[in-house]
Amino acid sequence: MTITYKPDDYLDSTPEFTDNIEQRETLGKVFEILFLLGLLIGIFILALLLFDIFQDGLARFLSPGFLTENPSRFPDQGGIRPAIISSILLGIVVIVVTVPIGVGAALYLEEYAPRNWWTAIIEINISNLAGVPSIVYGLLGLGVFNYLLGFGPALISGALTLSLLSLPVIIVTSREAIRAVPNSLRYASYGLGITKWRTIRSHVIPYAVPGILTGVIISISRAIGDAASLIVVGAVGFLTFNPGLFQRFMALPIQIYSYITRPEPGFANAAAATIIALLVLILTLNGVAIYIRQRFTIN
Amino acid sequence: MQNPNLPDDSYQRLRRSLEKKASEDISEKIVAVILFACALVSILTTTGIVVIIFQETWGFFQEVSLAQFFLDTKWTPLFADRHFGVWPLINGTFLTTAIAMAVAIPLGLSSAIYLSEYAQPKVAAILRPAVELLAGIPTVVYGYFALLFITPLLRNVIPLELFNALSAGLMMGVMITPTVGSISLDAIKAVPRSLREGAYALGITKLEAIFKVVLPAALSGIIASIILGISRAVGETMTVVIAAGQQPRLTINFAESVETMTAYMAQISGGDSPRGSLNFKTLYAVGALLFLITLALNIVSYWVANRFKEKYD
Repeated sequence: MTITYKPDDYLDSTPEFTDNIEQRETLGKVFEILFLLGLLIGIFILALLLFDIFQDGLARFLSPGFLTENPSRFPDQGGIRPAIISSILLGIVVIVVTVPIGVGAALYLEEYAPRNWWTAIIEINISNLAGVPSIVYGLLGLGVFNYLLGFGPALISGALTLSLLSLPVIIVTSREAIRAVPNSLRYASYGLGITKWRTIRSHVIPYAVPGILTGVIISISRAIGDAASLIVVGAVGFLTFNPGLFQRFMALPIQIYSYITRPEPGFANAAAATIIALLVLILTLNGVAIYIRQRFTIN
Repeated sequence: MQNPNLPDDSYQRLRRSLEKKASEDISEKIVAVILFACALVSILTTTGIVVIIFQETWGFFQEVSLAQFFLDTKWTPLFADRHFGVWPLINGTFLTTAIAMAVAIPLGLSSAIYLSEYAQPKVAAILRPAVELLAGIPTVVYGYFALLFITPLLRNVIPLELFNALSAGLMMGVMITPTVGSISLDAIKAVPRSLREGAYALGITKLEAIFKVVLPAALSGIIASIILGISRAVGETMTVVIAAGQQPRLTINFAESVETMTAYMAQISGGDSPRGSLNFKTLYAVGALLFLITLALNIVSYWVANRFKEKYD
């Protein structure tokens, strides 16, 4: 079958070509502004959030004894000392547990692991663990540390739970830091007859330290801000003593949650004041991370 | 994974033979075993999660049938008239998640597009970390802000319950914006310049190049980032437990209070259900479901990112 058409009809039915370039460029400008707005909305909300919290909580934060006293049942009295001490202890245990294991696992995967299915399973497993919700880690902690190992709802159970939660992130960031160490360093060391572990210890690790530390601090500050897993493990909202490793414990986010859920209006200010304390702690940690990265990076 | 510093096979062989010679010592072998044990901790963690959660969940399903769990439409395990239909919790979870993604997808994508296609490198170097700060704020803080700032603000405009799905969802969306944004940004940046320049040569505008060339080319990464964002929203606890409330309801009305799976878990953990009781086991049954949903989403996200990755050489 042959298609026939009358040329004149065709021309008549075709609109005249115009490139409309001005209109299209205008649309482009409009979208550029929309994209910028989309980017700035997030930052604007962050600024609004910080402003709101400082407005609600700064006076309470600066009130005498807020950082050094036990909590009180009255919203405008007492302080958050047990929560601060709990959070710092949690942070210390998390560092002690996760840094050696996390860096060890990263060294194994980068320097030792053969390329086979077993290693692939470990790698996929780590990336999956990074996506497991915090509250599910709480269930793991409750089962293993509270019941199986018999620690009960103690600080050590919470700390070990947070350690498992932080581990995947530390492994991933440490691997990146170790991978960035140039091979020439390793070859130079082997060339002098130095053994593998001593090469790693004396060349690879020192070179990778800034990257490793940055990852460690970022994941510690996540752990210190986490509440969901600690609620499951059994952190309490009210404590009138400084916790030890094997005692009942609090944490700054748990203290905040506990204050928010109380009906009397003054507790909102106490919650905001505790948020300021938590943000100061986290921002200090992040500041240290930035300082380390800049100060100790070997060029 | 191949070490990117190694250009070809001969270097691989050189490194292997050097390492082989260097690790002949017995103490060297002990170190290798210790490091392997460290890597094994991650496998043990997964095994622990699976064994503990599914053991208790198995106990739960000895007492409550699968039909009661998946076919009933009421969730009232703490009342005298007990129902174990999980749908209200799933409903609450996906309602807040849907609101969160309605915020996070446009904000995340426009951040990624602006930072990659429009911003000067120096400006991007400041703005990108500023957006990523959102992910570093503890989620309990978002809960505070949602309940005590966003909800009162919205209540001036629309009638909302004090605890409602909307405020919690909006806040969660802001929180997840960096997750969607930074993975999408990496995907968009991976689209080679030549594709854009080819498009410009055809007389296309920058905006048309973005929508017709850049975004389609980066689509797998963008979809992966969105799925990962959904997974984060489904697993998020503190924002929803504070701002969305604890009313398990089958509703799509965002003005009402709902209860998510995670909020229920926080509620039951904060109470005093003794170990071994049926209430205690509901914690694990809901936890198992949450774990399976987020695991599935994470696997799909990983698969999409790798399966449909465009290869540019």
